[in-house]
Amino acid sequence: MAHEQSQQHPIAIYLWIWGLLFVLSVFSYLVDYLGFEGHLKWSLITLFMLLKAGLIVSVFMHMAWERMAIMCAILVPPGVLLVLMGLMALEANHTLVTRLAFFFN
Amino acid sequence: MAPGIKGLVSDWSSDQRAFKNVPWGKAMMWIFLLSDTFIFACFLVGYMTVRISTTDTWPDASEVFALNVAGESVPLLLIAIMTFILISSSGTMALAVKFGYEKNRKATAILLVLTALLGASFVGMQAFEWSKLIGEGVRPWGNPWGAAQFGASFFLITGFHGTHVSIGVIFLIIMATKVIRGALDDQRPGFLTGRKGRYEMVETLGLYWHFVDLVWVFIFAFFYLW
Repeated sequence: MAHEQSQQHPIAIYLWIWGLLFVLSVFSYLVDYLGFEGHLKWSLITLFMLLKAGLIVSVFMHMAWERMAIMCAILVPPGVLLVLMGLMALEANHTLVTRLAFFFN
Repeated sequence: MAPGIKGLVSDWSSDQRAFKNVPWGKAMMWIFLLSDTFIFACFLVGYMTVRISTTDTWPDASEVFALNVAGESVPLLLIAIMTFILISSSGTMALAVKFGYEKNRKATAILLVLTALLGASFVGMQAFEWSKLIGEGVRPWGNPWGAAQFGASFFLITGFHGTHVSIGVIFLIIMATKVIRGALDDQRPGFLTGRKGRYEMVETLGLYWHFVDLVWVFIFAFFYLW
């Protein structure tokens, strides 16, 4: 356990991120409250979600200050989940079309 | 040690340890969280699949989770409050880690207890939400408003997340007790694992707690807002 450095950062950065997370949460709640629809709604929800996730992982979980080796080991593998999501979206659409074709005509 | 891509290559090709500057407990917590990411992602992808493929209309979460305040229906009110509570608990946890590294025992203990209280109130609100929905007739196999898969997805995803929060609260209480006793300052061995107490443990627990908040960010977006 020779070369360990501890994660010490000024308190201001945590308070700033905390505040930003509050503001972003208000924004994502407003998307629902104001009743946006369609692509505008989905893209805003996704944008605020990714910004919040990024702030939590990089600052609160200290990933921004870690070495590239652990960043890549942890953050790259979840990328394959996008492939799973894409495949299952295709599959689900196919199921829907089949159901509509066989049960609703 | 070289930073950036060069560091990546030299770290991964080095002897014994790939993760430099990271205590092994923390590296293992990261790897556990990576596996947990896959579990939650599978649940969310499963939810996406049933939601796309159902021919029934999906219940409108905005109305399902509305609360009546002074005779007016406010959409998603309880969920919004739960979101703010969980974010606040992440903030207090981050500060607990910071004060832990400064060996400020009192501040660390207070912040850990505060985090546990916020987490417990989150679970309490979730219990309230579950009983409200069950009272309205939501079951894993059906509900009064539309696609039957709504209940199954809801109970599985929020239930698994709530379990994570509850386990986190238990560990926060254990860690707070350790801090108050001074077990981390004296490097006293733990009751179960026999590992020496050190303030990095607070950061490792913090990773778990922030992850629980992180998962909620995705559940909030995909299940409640979408």
